Amino acid sequence: MAALPPYASPVQRAWYYGFRILCGLIFFFLIAPIIVVIPLSFNAEDFFTFTPGMLALDPDAYGTSHYRDFFTNPAWQQALGNSVRIAPMATLLAVSLGTLAAVGLSQSHVPFKGAIMAILISPMIVPLIISAAGMYFFYSRIGLQGTYWGVVMAHTALGIPFVIITVTATLVGFDRSLTRASASLGAGPIRTFFKVQMPLILPGVISGALFAFITSFDEVVVVLFVGSAGQKTLPWQMFIGLREQISPTILAVATVLVAISILLLTTVEFLRRRSERLRGMSPG
Amino acid sequence: MTSGDAAAFVAFDRVQKSYDGETLVVKDLNLAIGKGEFLTMLGPSGSGKTTCLMMLAGFETATHGEITLDGRPINNIPPHKRGIGMVFQNYALFPHMTVAENLAFPLEVRGIGKSDREEKIKRALDMVQMGDFAGRRPAQLSGGQQQRIALARALVFEPELVLMDEPLGALDKQLRETLQFEITKLAHDLGITTVYVTHDQTEALTMSDRVAVFDDGVIQQLDAPDILYEEPKNSFVAQFIGENNTLHGTVERIDGDAAVVRLDDGSQIDTIPVNVDKPGQRTLVSIRPERVEFNKDRLAPDAHTIKAEVKEFIYMGDIYRTRVSVAGNDDFIIKTRNAPDQRRLKKGEILEIGWRPQDCRALDA
Repeated sequence: MAALPPYASPVQRAWYYGFRILCGLIFFFLIAPIIVVIPLSFNAEDFFTFTPGMLALDPDAYGTSHYRDFFTNPAWQQALGNSVRIAPMATLLAVSLGTLAAVGLSQSHVPFKGAIMAILISPMIVPLIISAAGMYFFYSRIGLQGTYWGVVMAHTALGIPFVIITVTATLVGFDRSLTRASASLGAGPIRTFFKVQMPLILPGVISGALFAFITSFDEVVVVLFVGSAGQKTLPWQMFIGLREQISPTILAVATVLVAISILLLTTVEFLRRRSERLRGMSPG
Repeated sequence: MTSGDAAAFVAFDRVQKSYDGETLVVKDLNLAIGKGEFLTMLGPSGSGKTTCLMMLAGFETATHGEITLDGRPINNIPPHKRGIGMVFQNYALFPHMTVAENLAFPLEVRGIGKSDREEKIKRALDMVQMGDFAGRRPAQLSGGQQQRIALARALVFEPELVLMDEPLGALDKQLRETLQFEITKLAHDLGITTVYVTHDQTEALTMSDRVAVFDDGVIQQLDAPDILYEEPKNSFVAQFIGENNTLHGTVERIDGDAAVVRLDDGSQIDTIPVNVDKPGQRTLVSIRPERVEFNKDRLAPDAHTIKAEVKEFIYMGDIYRTRVSVAGNDDFIIKTRNAPDQRRLKKGEILEIGWRPQDCRALDA
């Protein structure tokens, strides 16, 4: 933000500083609950609050027992395994289907584009509990309720809107004459898609994939309805941990999840910038 | 000419195109392009020229009629199987590939081996004087350089037919002139058949073997540039190609290949009847500004002369441009070369101007 100009009026000066304080407060409210979990997860005792020893920075008050529980307890390990099996598959499906839908909907000759788009985006807008209840009844009827593929499909449906939105946004800047040029050079539609269009919309696809992955990895409502004990994911286990056992292990899990999220976000952002540079959008 | 013509490499036979099923953008187009010919489709925007090019490329389908390439109907062949090179106005280079990768693309599609590919790419880049730029990305090149690469890419797979859709439209004047010359030379040296679309008449005149002037979905005239300029067949072509003076009048009498026209102020002039056929018809008389003469020594003895009043004298360096008032037309232009003995006219001067009758054409009004 630019420095305060010399001619600023008292009101402008007040706003200049007030705005900074406001921004600081917003950041504090967003980040504080996440930050506070990290030291708490190293609590040596089974408490959800800072012990006097922790506040005195006594090394004995800190410990990694909750992490040990997370990595050894079979219930947590099964939940982690389920999440790791469900989220990537749901992401893969959401990215493939969402990208195809976005490319299709960007063609000028497709009828009822607005309506189709609205339907595909609806899982993002409809309250999750309603989607979850609907999926429960529908999946029960066709035998998908309580199965791995049922959960994967439910999460795919939740992830598709993110992919459609991010890919559609990159397609807006896509030059149609490139596909024509590709055809004039002898490339069929499939080669044109993979060699010309796909590399150029990749930043959007990557962002969409990230959102789809996080959606599936964090999701608890739908999986409670559609899944059975065999598909118990990490968020589900955390939910149980909080409600039934009040086990501080969830603090350790939360910290691990935050770390994974930060790692994913940085990697993906790096990948996205790299491919954006490669497609000539920004100077290398 | 028809599609059955042995000399025609590309032929449009009674081709029509309509986007909405009601109005025809292209009406009954018949056009035969010879092998190795450089043909330009010239016309204002919305005249149907680009639509014709897109139908030839395969990006639009003809509503009616047939297009043949080397005697083979291509209506049902998709664009990527037509083997036609194409250059676009916005270059359409693949931004995520280097120059060399862009050129390799059509060769890879055709399964050409690596060493062959490299040789062809090098030759194509040298052809457009871009040999040192193989490793660059399109974003690192100027507009003119990008268009050279696009040209090289359209030629690298050795197509027999190349289409160009206003390729120089986005470039500045000087670069445009250099590239006009280079493209024409390349096309002739390689013996490629070229169909070039532009709305710039200078480009059309300087580059083409023949020019098809489009208006309202119809070819108004198809001729060599000099014929097009000197013998326009109707008033649209006369007005669209080059600068043109027009005088309104009525046909007085027609006598074989000469006609006398009575201008609106009552004076009479000799003309060549082009598309007027009977006395009493309204006509638009067309005279090129550089064919108007006011020096009595250079006028033909039999030429009709007419009074003119100088309104404005504009010095343009190589030429003088004088605006005069003739027979009620205040925008009558006379162009004279800046020669040592040339007189600079003054505002308000009254002149006797004239022209050879064959330079004065009576066209439809």
